[in-house]
Order: sequence, then structure tokens, then C-alpha cells
Amino acid sequence: MAAATITVPPSEMPLAPSYRGKVGMWFLITAESAIFIIFVVAYLYYAGKSINGPTPAQVLDVPWFNSVCLFSSSLTILIAEHALQQGKIKRFSLFWFLTIALGVIFLVGTGREWYGLIYHDGLTISSSLFGTTFYSLVGLHAFHVIVGVTGLTIILLLSLFGAVKQEHSARVSVFAMYWHFVDAIWVVVLSVVYFIAR
Amino acid sequence: MADAQPILPPMVISTESENSRPMVQALHDWIVTVDHKKLGLMYFLYGIFFLVIGGVEAAIMRAQLAVANNHLVSPETFNRLFTMHGTTMIFFAAMPIVFGFANYLMPLMIGARDMAFPRLNAWSFWMSALGGIILYFSYIGGFGLYGAGSAPDIGWFAYAPLTSPAFSVGHSTDYWIIGILVSGFGSIGTALNILTTILCMRCPGMTLNRMPMFAWLNSVMALLVLVAIGPLTAAQIMLLIDRYLGGHFFDTQAGGSAVIWMHFFWIFGHPEVYILVLPAFAIISEVIPVFSRKPIFGYNIMVAATVAIGFISLSVWAHHMFTIGMTSYANAFFVASTAAISVPTGIKIFNWLGTMWGGKIRFAVPMMFCLAFLCQFLIAGLTGIMLAAAPFNWQLSNSYFVIAHFHYVILGGIVMAVFAGAYYWYPKVTGKLLNETLGKWHFWLFVIGFHLTFDFMHIPGILGMPRRIYTYDASRGWEMWNLIVSIGVIFQILGILFWVINLLWTHYRGAAAGPDPWDAWTLEWHTTSPPPDYNFAELPVVRSRRPLWDLKHPEDPDWKYE
Repeated sequence: MAAATITVPPSEMPLAPSYRGKVGMWFLITAESAIFIIFVVAYLYYAGKSINGPTPAQVLDVPWFNSVCLFSSSLTILIAEHALQQGKIKRFSLFWFLTIALGVIFLVGTGREWYGLIYHDGLTISSSLFGTTFYSLVGLHAFHVIVGVTGLTIILLLSLFGAVKQEHSARVSVFAMYWHFVDAIWVVVLSVVYFIAR
Repeated sequence: MADAQPILPPMVISTESENSRPMVQALHDWIVTVDHKKLGLMYFLYGIFFLVIGGVEAAIMRAQLAVANNHLVSPETFNRLFTMHGTTMIFFAAMPIVFGFANYLMPLMIGARDMAFPRLNAWSFWMSALGGIILYFSYIGGFGLYGAGSAPDIGWFAYAPLTSPAFSVGHSTDYWIIGILVSGFGSIGTALNILTTILCMRCPGMTLNRMPMFAWLNSVMALLVLVAIGPLTAAQIMLLIDRYLGGHFFDTQAGGSAVIWMHFFWIFGHPEVYILVLPAFAIISEVIPVFSRKPIFGYNIMVAATVAIGFISLSVWAHHMFTIGMTSYANAFFVASTAAISVPTGIKIFNWLGTMWGGKIRFAVPMMFCLAFLCQFLIAGLTGIMLAAAPFNWQLSNSYFVIAHFHYVILGGIVMAVFAGAYYWYPKVTGKLLNETLGKWHFWLFVIGFHLTFDFMHIPGILGMPRRIYTYDASRGWEMWNLIVSIGVIFQILGILFWVINLLWTHYRGAAAGPDPWDAWTLEWHTTSPPPDYNFAELPVVRSRRPLWDLKHPEDPDWKYE
């Protein structure tokens, strides 16, 4: 059994383990995108095909404030990530909290928009095809925001107890990728629902 | 100094005597395990269990159809049987078996100690398992159109508007939806685990170009899972919204479309069958070279063909919908894409033949199953091409010709590959060799039964027998063929019985296998049988596609030629 020494050039060495989380999250994003794409396809296919009920142009106003809040939350989470990489835990906690706050504002705003649509405009998930596709698509996105806010809150609580340290920055960045994904989906949903198909 | 390690012979750092543990503790270990080998085995056993249940459902259907005007089961029961048979076989037999092979073998083959996310691995398995339990709970708890205790009866593809609340009252349909939804999450977890493991955890020296074909094929499969399960999940959420929140996705009276369910389902459904067949190709691509004593022919082209199959499979879905009245442009597109996918598939078949050509073939049981696979998968592909021609499809859609075609692929192809893999890797998993004689009995009985059933099944299809009918009149001229088809089932059952006898015999009297009973070349044979929990005492370093060949033949290593 000859034990020939094998030298492996650097290009053939395996990738660093901390990379795994990011790779895994990218694949999760792929799978989730597939689900969203189908809801978007259904929305576009059924646009204009409702046989009754208010039309999008009649009842939808572009949610500028909500959207700006959500897009800003991607910025605050990026700042938080950088703060953690540099070991600035307090700055991290502050901007992480701001991210959560902006996410919650988005959810509250969505809730208020829906309240108006349901009680003032009579648009429900069962009232028309537009209602079904609208609440499904926007609702699916809002559900992902809720999941994101929940995860963000758990991490905030952990950091307030001092459990989140600089060496965790890679893992925290993996979760932040999910939040950026939720934001990117909102770009698509906003464009499709409030601009393209209105 | 990770860059200068020799490949050492297999060694074990410590031994544990597992036999002295109490039963409760052993059971607990299995339930909480995150070890890819245990999870792989659980996936496999779970799949085999449901394979048997699905087989029982099929046997009852064949008994009902064996003679004309039979009344063994009611039409309502028959509807439930074909729904549960299809759903079980695809989601709770074939997929777990596929994930079982991938989970157990892939980390070993790439020289890793486990998957990238072991806890996610465990979560995924238990989610998949939960899905099957939810589906089968319907037999006890589902309240359907016909009262309590009713399994879904909507067909495995659950077309709208049959699934609408008007036509599927009660909850039997919801068990179908939720069972599959839940197991879908598990599938996505496993798929992203497989991909991350392959990308990030290959041992030093194992570039993507030196990975076993098994790893390549399972990674393309995993990518398809990520892309294809989403549409099914989305469609099922839409169906739930229709059924419970008054939605109108598939409600034609409100402007919705039942056809869009078909599109969404088959956008999942067609890649799904490639998700099942690519791992079968993976097994074949590992077994044929070892039993032909030649490396796989045209490795690079095989990889390229696999990727091509993965891509094209996303574009063929509406060949399941030729009869619903799409435009001729749409029909033509799907005819073309379906025909196109036969090209890379054919390339793979030729490459397997090229691997055997000029080799020294050893007709052990795994190889016999591979040879049956090659012949049968080829025929299945030919009937597939026939069905790809839309006008031909218009005559034979929804007939027994289609059933014969896809069972030819699944039983004649995928299940044969599963048997080949089971006999090939059994010694690695258990440390014992399965009995060759009993294995040959299994092989011949099953193959004879397979051909009796599925060769002759094409004929009633051509004679006009539709799918999903619970009985037929003798004047149709289908009776003799149906009888032959049903008799074939008996031989298949006997074949499986011989497999079970083989498993039992081997458990008590099987010969010890050692680490490398087949004189193979991939890394899973480089550790003990069964492997220790940590897989390898020292992580291997490789320099070619056949690291064990290099180890056994240091005077003529592969890396001089690659």
C-alpha cells in the first residue's frame, strides 16, 4: 500500500465552510422565487379578466411610503451587517432594530391598505378574480415579511442578551440575505401590481 | 498540512459496541439523528414501505380489472385507489428512495463527513415522513363525498374543477393538498442540502470535473427540485385559497381557468419525473463501469447531456395537455421540445453502451438490473417519442398506452436502477453481501412479471381502453389483455418476495463484505462496511476521477490520462 504523497494545488482545495450558509440561502431563495413567479404569472394572466368588482385602477394607490420604508430597511440591515463585521455591537443592535421597525411599519401600512380595500371598496379575496390574485400575491409577500421580522426580532433579542458577537457576522449575514430577498420580491410585486397591471 | 496527505487504507479510529445498548436508546438515536447515513437509510426504508403499500393498491386495481364487469371494488373505491397509488408512488415511495440514495452515498463519494446542514437534513426527512402520514390519515379521518374515512379520489394530478369545493366536498382532497405541501418543504430542504454539500464540501483535489457521475446527476436533480416544487406548492396554496377562502383561481364561473391548474401542475409534474429518473441514471452510471471494468465513457459529454436534460425538462410540460385545445403553435412548440429532450437522453444511452463495449462484463445481480434498465428504458423512451407526436397523442391520450409508457419508465427504468443500487451498495451499508442466487430469482421473476404486465398493457391502450375506468364490458375485446396484465403482477410480487427472503437470509447467514467487495473506484468504498459515524478517519485527497484505482494501481494511475 504505497502512500504516495499527493500535493493539491490551491485551485483544487475545497471552499471555506463559512461559505456554506450563503450558498444554501441562495438555493432557498431560488426555490422561493419559483413559488412567487407562479403567483405573479397567475396575477398577470388574470389581469383584466375579472367579471365584476372594482378594477385595480379604481382602488389601488401606489404605496409609496410603505415601499420606501421597506427599501430603506435593506439599507439599515446592510449598515447593521457592516457594524457587526467590525465588532460594533451597539451600532449593530441599533440598525438591526431600525430594520425591524421599518419592516413593522410596512406591515402596518399593508394592513391599513387592506382595511380600506375590504371595508370601503368591497374588494375581498372572494369578491373577484382581481381580489383573489391581489390578496394572494401581496399576502404571500407579507407572510414572508412576517417571517423575516420574526427572525430579525429573535436575533435582536439574542444581541440584547449579549449573545451576538463579531464572530457571528457571517451567520447573521446569511439571514440578512433572506431579508434582501424579501425586499427584492417587493420590487417585483410593486411593479406588477401597482404599475404594470393597474 | 492539508495539501500533502497520502490516501491511506480504510481505518477506524474507535469501535463502539452498538449491540449492548437498550432498545429504547437505540430507537432514540435513530429519531434524533442528524447523521446522513442514518437519515438516508430511513428515507430508503420509508420509501420501500410506501412502495409496498402503493403496490398493494395497484394489485387491487389489477384484480378488479382482470375480468370484465368485475365488482371486486366499487367505483368510488377504485377512484381512491388510483389516486392514492399514483400519489404514494411518486411522492412517498420514489422520492424518498431517491433522497435516501443521495443522502447516504453522496457525502461518502465526495469525501465529506456529512451533509452541509445536518439538522436541516433531519428536518427535511421528518417533514417528508409527516406528509405521507397526513395523506394516509385520510383513510381514517378524511371526510369526503362518501362519508367519513375517505381517501382522496381526485386522481394524482387533481385536475380542477373536480377539486373545487362544489365537486370535492369534505376534506379528502385537503389531505392530498396538505400531505404533499408538507413533504414539498422537506424536498426543498434536502435539495438545497445536496447542492450546498456538493459545492462546498468536496475533499481536497476533487474538482467538479473529478466528481463521480452520481454527484453530478444528483445535483442536477436537486436543482430541478428547487425550481419545480415551487410551482406545485404555489398551485396547492391557490387551491386551498379556492377551497376555503372563496378564491377564484380555478373557478371558470368567475373568470378563472381550470386549464391554468394543468399548466401549473405539469410545470411541476414533468420536471418531477426527471427528478426521479436522474438519480436512476446516477446509479446506472456508477454500476455499469464497475461491472464492465472500464471507466464511464465520455464523462464530460455525460455531464453536459445531464445539464441539457435538466434544462429542456423545464420546457416540455404541456405535452401532457395536447388534447385540451391549445393553439397549434403551442402544440408544435411542445412537440419540438419533447422530441429535443430525447437527444441528450439518447447520448447517455450510447455512452453507457460505450462503457460496456470492450469491457469485461461481470453478470452479477446489480449488472443484470442495469442491463434490464438499458433495454427497458430505451423502449420507454420510444413510446415517449411516439406520444410526443401530437396527432398520435390525440388518439392515445388518457388511454392505457400512456399508463404503459410511464410505468415502463418508472418500473422498467427507475425501479430496476433502484434494485441495481440496492444490491450494489447493500454490502457497504450492512457489511454483508446479498445472496447472488436469490438475487437472480428476484431479477428474473420481476422482469418476467414486468414484461407480462407492461408490454401487453400497450395493446388495450391502442384498442381504446381509457384510464381510470373501474370496469369494462367484455364486448370491447380488452379482457384477455387485461388478464395477462394482471397475471404479470403475481410474478412481480414473487420477485419482491425473493428480495425479502434474500434480505432475511443475508441478515442471518450473509458473507462478510469487507470495505470493497466489488473492486470499485469511488470513495465510498474507501472506508469500512458499514462506515463509521465520521465516515473517514482522515479526509481523502484525490487526484483523479477514480481515486481507488490510483490507490490500487500506483504504477498506472488515472491522473496520468485525465
